[in-house]
Amino acid sequence: MSTQVSLRSFTRQSILPGFWPAFSYTVLYLSLIVLIPLSAVFLKSATSGWAHFWKSIQSPSVMAAYRLSFGASLAAGSLSVAVGFLIAWVLVRYHFPGKALADALVDLPFALPTAVAGIALTSLYTENGWLGRYLIPIGVKVAFTPLGVTIALTFTGLPFVIRSVQPVLADLEPELEEAASSLGASRWQIFGRVIFPLVRPALLTGFALAFARALGEYGSVIFIAGNLPLKTEIVPLLIVTKLEQYDYAGATALAVVMLVTSFLLLLGINVLQRRSRQFAERA
Amino acid sequence: MKLKAFAISALAVSVLFAARPVKLLNVSYDPTRELYQEINIAFAKQWKVKTGVDVQISQSHGGSGKQARSVIDGLQADVVTLALAYDIDVLSEKANLVPKNWQSRLPDNSTPYTSTIVFLVRKGNPKHIKDWEDLIQPGTSVITPNPKTSGGARWSYLAAWGYALKKNHGDEKQAQEFVRRLYKNVPVLDSGARGSTTTFVQRGIGDVLLSWENEAYLALNQLGKDKFEIVTPSISILAEPPVSIVDKVTAKHGTTEVAKAYLQFLYSEEGQEIGAKNYYRPHSPQALAKYASQFPKVTLFTIDEVFGGWQKTQKKYFDDGGVFDKIYTPGI
Repeated sequence: MSTQVSLRSFTRQSILPGFWPAFSYTVLYLSLIVLIPLSAVFLKSATSGWAHFWKSIQSPSVMAAYRLSFGASLAAGSLSVAVGFLIAWVLVRYHFPGKALADALVDLPFALPTAVAGIALTSLYTENGWLGRYLIPIGVKVAFTPLGVTIALTFTGLPFVIRSVQPVLADLEPELEEAASSLGASRWQIFGRVIFPLVRPALLTGFALAFARALGEYGSVIFIAGNLPLKTEIVPLLIVTKLEQYDYAGATALAVVMLVTSFLLLLGINVLQRRSRQFAERA
Repeated sequence: MKLKAFAISALAVSVLFAARPVKLLNVSYDPTRELYQEINIAFAKQWKVKTGVDVQISQSHGGSGKQARSVIDGLQADVVTLALAYDIDVLSEKANLVPKNWQSRLPDNSTPYTSTIVFLVRKGNPKHIKDWEDLIQPGTSVITPNPKTSGGARWSYLAAWGYALKKNHGDEKQAQEFVRRLYKNVPVLDSGARGSTTTFVQRGIGDVLLSWENEAYLALNQLGKDKFEIVTPSISILAEPPVSIVDKVTAKHGTTEVAKAYLQFLYSEEGQEIGAKNYYRPHSPQALAKYASQFPKVTLFTIDEVFGGWQKTQKKYFDDGGVFDKIYTPGI
């Protein structure tokens, strides 16, 4: 009885035809492209038993890599949000010569092979590099440090924030700000009470995308990180290293921890975002 | 009617196959690109004269461990020519692609040519690097890849260890301390030999690159003798990059005979000379004599003498939790 009811509510939702074909395709597609490969990772990690799994993920170098990967990705995500918001704001609110060009430049990190970005950033920040030669004498080392990792990750994450925030900013009706202003709100109040709450869901989306991308990023980081054990090894590198030592189960163990943690973090961000959106809609 | 059509198509297929050249895939490690380009041309010519069959040889290059893993995962290599024996051992161990005794099937432990580890320094040798001892001085920056992923880096690591062991009359603790101090001077660990060469040569990082002898010469020839110098240390390791046919694959492709001949060719006078020309140390005395000037005399020790073979060495030094991991752990 109860299944019948739920089944009916399942199918009756939409007035558009084609629910079953569309739904079946969605399930098939998700299974083939996402679920089956991911479950293979879980199964493979289980092949060599719990002891090996545990040993693989809690060695000092792996723990250090987790700290670096999550830490640098969070930092890069936050940096992308701050800088990306500013850039999106400038691109939406102001008119200046070369704006179309600047707008197109934003997407470049999407298209560029990340290894190219990594090599370029590294040459920029090493001792003889254009920036490195001025930064290193004053004690700021970027190449081969966690700071370098963060910068590379910000490079790849920035467009996600800009592209999520830009349309929302563009859709903001000027009447809202005018109304706030006529009611006596200061500029900061308008920004803090009117604009920011409306943009917050988009910022969170951008952050989640940039963060997730940063966690999995390999190409751009590998060149600038220096890859020193316990200092600048990222988790994806350790996974590759384990694979090259024929330790398939160990490699997938690292991946499983990475997957589960990322999933929980992204889930948290999604919940936050939903709350924030509800708030924005109410306001 | 049907039968006739079948007969014709069968005939067409067989003609097509007969006319088709034999194909071989040689899966090799990083710095052998230039060597095998030359070997392949010479061997194809010889094989054509001998049997009338064209042979097309493709090459694949990458870090030695990565290449071995690709072969395990199904890359159809007819022959493997890798940086160290352990990477062919795993083909037998993990996937049973070659028999256990693969290394005894060809002369000289299946290594047609050998090499060693030398130092590449910047022109004029501004840090006065002469021997291993100079690498652990504070302020000297050493470039070498990660021994966990690079075959060449494993040879470098063992060469340094062997030097320290000899100097300290076999004291393992002191050898470990020496190697720890050496790696303290390494600012960046690339995953393969070519990556490290690029870091040193093109990005200008580091005072000295620990390198395969042939790779050092290659860098010198391609990038200018006015920029770099080769320093041969007093003592180094005899690096033995072995070769083998991949029995399971050649049996499937029907290429066993030509693959064997290909590897035999490496031992022939012509093959040895091509090896020497590409800066690999040949076994043949004639080839060695002809190219003697490019192989400075250096005391070489083997991995079997000092470390007791690859299986043991891999486990002790390079596996997770091994000595290489320990030298990075603070407080040990």
